[in-house]
Amino acid sequence: MNESHKRGRIGDLLFFNVTRAFAALTLILLIGIILSLTWSALPSIKAFGFGFLTSSEWNPPAERFGALVPMYGTLATSLIALVIALPISFGIALFLTELAPAWLRRPLGIAIELLAGIPSIVFGIWGLLVFAPIFGEHVQPWIAKTIGSLPVIGSLFSGPALGIGILAAGIILAIMIIPFITSVMRDVFELVPPMLKESCYGLGGTTWEVVWRVVLPYTRVGVIGGVMLGLGRALGETMAVTFVIGNASLLANFSLFMPGNSITSALANEFAEATPGLYTAALIELGLVLFVITFIVLTLSKLLLLSLEKQSGGKH
Amino acid sequence: MPPKDANQELHSQISIRNLNFYYGKAIALKNINLDIYKGNVTAFIGPSGCGKSTLLRTINRMYDLYPGQRAEGELIIDGKNILENGVDTIQLRAQVGMVFQKPTPFPMSIYDNIAFGVRMHEKLTSREMNDRVEWALSKAALWDEVKDKLNQPGTGLSGGQQQRLCIARGVAVKPKVLLLDEPTSALDPISTMRIEELVHELKREFTIAIVTHNMQQAARLSDFTAYMYLGEMIEFGKTDEIFIKPQDKRTEDYITGRVG
Repeated sequence: MNESHKRGRIGDLLFFNVTRAFAALTLILLIGIILSLTWSALPSIKAFGFGFLTSSEWNPPAERFGALVPMYGTLATSLIALVIALPISFGIALFLTELAPAWLRRPLGIAIELLAGIPSIVFGIWGLLVFAPIFGEHVQPWIAKTIGSLPVIGSLFSGPALGIGILAAGIILAIMIIPFITSVMRDVFELVPPMLKESCYGLGGTTWEVVWRVVLPYTRVGVIGGVMLGLGRALGETMAVTFVIGNASLLANFSLFMPGNSITSALANEFAEATPGLYTAALIELGLVLFVITFIVLTLSKLLLLSLEKQSGGKH
Repeated sequence: MPPKDANQELHSQISIRNLNFYYGKAIALKNINLDIYKGNVTAFIGPSGCGKSTLLRTINRMYDLYPGQRAEGELIIDGKNILENGVDTIQLRAQVGMVFQKPTPFPMSIYDNIAFGVRMHEKLTSREMNDRVEWALSKAALWDEVKDKLNQPGTGLSGGQQQRLCIARGVAVKPKVLLLDEPTSALDPISTMRIEELVHELKREFTIAIVTHNMQQAARLSDFTAYMYLGEMIEFGKTDEIFIKPQDKRTEDYITGRVG
């Protein structure tokens, strides 16, 4: 008996140390990636300094590089994707958990998960060959006529209707992240205790009141987690965006109709042809910038969660 | 509210006639007939699965939320059969409040937990709302404990306090009927006692139907008791009579602890 206890203790110790080593590995990898990115980007950091972030010039022959165009492309497409995907995902998740008849829930749920499994390059090809022409011919002129004539934000929707561009890339991204946000939302909505929902119905609540005032606050941590998952994917998505964003390293204006570039597409397009030296270093610095953007987004979401928790009182 | 002596006239608040209830094809309630009297506490007792909770959930049509569940027969409140199609269940549930086995405070402040239900049905000024919240919390004997922390989350209260918060929340909407579905089954003895005292107070203003597993509780609290078994109403009558001199052998067996 003592003998087996002893062996158990050694096993525990071993297990503890092995799992700790695994956990440490993620940290080591993270630090390693940051260090090697910074090291390889050093020539570019030295050459351009902070101006790298504010310059919109991207001129490989002259070896003058600035990250503004791809940064704008990455942030704008991701933001558009989020603005479109969030309400739609919420609606789908709501319908699946609260409103759909039982026989429809499973097939519809599976269809959404299948959508998440489509390779991004398929979205890219579809976006370029099918979506963009239709979008440019029928939708963009209409947007230009309606929203485009508004003051201030109208300038975001001006210019030639080319189909491809930042707006088209944002919409394709939206379609791609909807399944992710939807399935997280659906899963957390299903975790709400039926009795809690019944309590609200029992007071004479409508489905809308139950969802808006009980289900959503109860699941806010999970919902924000799902949104961040989608946003993270949008920020990092490469192939689909590369196909439809237009790959123009010029920033004539901030119109969403114009072709642009995102950080990931710039990397995918140019890395193979980049000459060693400043060009490569500038591309690696782009990667570092994306890393920092992702980190900032993650931090902001954690802060948001913290303040929400403080506001309405702790966890459940 | 009429005084309650032996000769008082009883007014039926809810009349249940020939009620059958189905979960899909399985029948859960068979031909239930009884009256729930105004200003009285009616207790439903019986072994697990006898249909007492199901019966409670037909009274506010909570079963509507789940496809495949349906009720047949008559359940008359204020002269209207609420089982018919086209009944406004939102209106109905404002009239018939419910408290559950476990405390279910909403994820919001103590104040909003109370005000939330009221806001769905009435437009009150903030002063009126403050009064209503204080009134409801006082009714639930919780005001003194929470008056200094109304902005704190309802989930931070103790289990017994949470359950009284849920009762206050139900009372705040000023329903006619309160349905209590084993309201003390998750609570410690002291919290249970406080809830029982509360039920005693509340029946002056509300008609109360309570489902309980605890026979002493039924005996202590209720004016009328219904004993149910396997979806049937075995015996219904004044609590004194049911507990002292049950007419049916099955009721006697259950009450004396031979079954269940």
